[in-house]
Amino acid sequence: MSASHASEFPVPLASRRSATGIPTGRLALWWVLASEIVIFGGLLASYIMFRLHHPHWADEASHTNIWAGGFNTFVLLTSSLFAVLGHQAAEQGDGAKAARFLRLTVVGGLVFLGVKAVEWRGEISHGFTIYRDLFWTFYYTATGLHGLHVLVGMIVLWLVAGDAARGRNLHRVELIGIYWHFVDAVWIFLFPLFYIAR
Amino acid sequence: MAHAQQQSFWSRYVFSTDHKIIGLQYLFTGMFMGLVGSFLAYVFRMQLAFPGEPVPLFGVVTPLHYNALVTNHGAIMIFWVAMPILIAGLGNYLIPLMIGCDDMVFPRLNRLSYQIFFLSTVVILVSLFVPGGGFGGAWTAYPPLSASAQYNHTPWGAPLWLIAVALEFVAFLLGGINFVTTVMNARAPGMGPMQIPIFVWMVVIASIVFMASVGPLVAGAIMLLFDQLLGTHFYDPKAGGDPILWQHLFWFFGHPEVYVVLLPALGIVAEVITVFSRKKLFAYKTILYTAFATGIISFFVWAHHQFVAGIDPRMAHLFTITTLIISVPIAEMTFAFIATLYGGSIELRTPMLWALAFIAEFLVGGVTGIFLGANATDIYLHDSYFVVAHFHYTFFPIAIIAGFAALTYWFPKMFGRHMNETLGKIHFWGTIIPFNFIFLPLFVLGAAGEHRRIYSYEHFSQLFTPGLQNLRVLATVALVVMLLFQFVFLYNFIRSLFAGEKAEENPWKANTLEWLAPSPPPHGNFAEMPTVYRGPYEYSVPGRPLDYWPQHLPN
Repeated sequence: MSASHASEFPVPLASRRSATGIPTGRLALWWVLASEIVIFGGLLASYIMFRLHHPHWADEASHTNIWAGGFNTFVLLTSSLFAVLGHQAAEQGDGAKAARFLRLTVVGGLVFLGVKAVEWRGEISHGFTIYRDLFWTFYYTATGLHGLHVLVGMIVLWLVAGDAARGRNLHRVELIGIYWHFVDAVWIFLFPLFYIAR
Repeated sequence: MAHAQQQSFWSRYVFSTDHKIIGLQYLFTGMFMGLVGSFLAYVFRMQLAFPGEPVPLFGVVTPLHYNALVTNHGAIMIFWVAMPILIAGLGNYLIPLMIGCDDMVFPRLNRLSYQIFFLSTVVILVSLFVPGGGFGGAWTAYPPLSASAQYNHTPWGAPLWLIAVALEFVAFLLGGINFVTTVMNARAPGMGPMQIPIFVWMVVIASIVFMASVGPLVAGAIMLLFDQLLGTHFYDPKAGGDPILWQHLFWFFGHPEVYVVLLPALGIVAEVITVFSRKKLFAYKTILYTAFATGIISFFVWAHHQFVAGIDPRMAHLFTITTLIISVPIAEMTFAFIATLYGGSIELRTPMLWALAFIAEFLVGGVTGIFLGANATDIYLHDSYFVVAHFHYTFFPIAIIAGFAALTYWFPKMFGRHMNETLGKIHFWGTIIPFNFIFLPLFVLGAAGEHRRIYSYEHFSQLFTPGLQNLRVLATVALVVMLLFQFVFLYNFIRSLFAGEKAEENPWKANTLEWLAPSPPPHGNFAEMPTVYRGPYEYSVPGRPLDYWPQHLPN
């Protein structure tokens, strides 16, 4: 812990112990992701069960914008690469460089949400609203929940980058990176399930 | 000056990050909500025994009132009493003490968890007083009833109820992550996995089971909220949705949830019976492994709630088998507890009475569960008072009996004073005897075919069965008697807080680390951080002058 951070909150001994050898922050993050996996898992399992019983959803799915989805997949994967490069810089102790990469990751998230907004706008203006069919209800719910995770990730990335630029809490660069990979991985499931599968 | 004092009160008791204060915040909120939940039960039981007559302290119960009372009684007792007392309250207070460290690994996350929980408490209480009244679609909130205000007549109550439950889930997810990480990483040096007290293990397993089961219901709750507020059709069959989907998502969480609260209760019983029989806990590893088995099997039993929902009969057979299988590890644990008692030098102090009562009463709940887990008998008994009696014989021992065992056992540690033993025993018998008189009649009523969701039997001549009315009155009178005896506890609790006999560090001569800390433990818990040299249950070891051998003493 750097002296600059020894502010008003005293870190308890408990937070500094590591009986498993895994840093506490990383351990907790894995549990967060485990609980996130079952949330998305429940939603997607429900979607798949419905999908199997509703053959006409294939026609509905053909109205999603596969090019926008594909481009967004590329954007998210690239932003994950920046998160990895940020982690690498943080490992070397270069907080300023880590912060630059994390901010590039945020830009990736912004582009993703921007494309998403244009995509939703087009779909809604063509009558494919959340009410049109249960397929579209699932589509907006699942991609919306994912978008919310992207948004939260961007905010936290920005805060961690601000800290890292001043050389503080560099271990958090790795943690937010892992979270960002998870957001990425969820999209890897959503994209084929909602866009590609006919 | 007054300002400075006020500030220190706020930072010390309201915005504290100390695990003990947060634990007590959860505990007191849970106890308060227990009073609320009991009052709701009192009102609707009065309506059943004396239909249409004004209930003292409430007034005339309308059908909408009745539904809201039953629904919120169930939801409050599970989510705002059992969960905060058994897991969050005791877990927060005891985990760092029992594993020998100074706090949780994320103290501020812990505070946030309580704050979200407090908000959820406010929302559920407010939801009872909004236009249209509280939600009345049962604690299971089945659609289409729960999904549309057109059916449930509670345009505000239903969404607020759902939001309160969702906030409560978030609070317990944060808390659970904190518990699991703390126990994994912050144990005292020398405390290996097999030296962890059973109660701590149980809270950890329960937290993991909660975390793994609640996700689909979080997704399901988002979908239900969309149906309620946006008018989507996830659960609406006429627009391609499916109400049974909710039942799957709900019970995929709802049944593991039973074990989420049961396991910590069993942990409490394990701690209490070893101390008061001065004997090593029988088969520590077996208890641990059966708890794991229970946690895992609990994910494969949920559809036994849906035998009459139109699921495939072949699937019903499978779920019958898994449901009957899960009674094996629980029975094994019960046998281990009885074996612990066997040959011990048993001291019938108040906590021990509660722990023994837990084993006896929970047994009734477990055995009657067999009838409901088997699809053939469940189809007859489904939605009858037999079900109500069955799950009260499980949840009452879990939340109330084990809760009192824990409160009376750890009271000296928490507040540095003893509770009055005589009043404790009066309260014990005054609770246990009426409890059986409430729910044994309900078994009879249920077996006679009485449906559980009837507001007034006078409205249904074919269901009224005047011969059974005496049993309904008996159950209600027993409930009132039991509730009156709770004032003995409240008096004893409050009086002992200020005027109880002073307690030393280790009044029960127990082995676990929390008894090494001063009573009550100061901020930071231990004067010197302990090291662990042995398991937590070394009682009456041959060749030692004392009959207990605390974990922190070097050989």
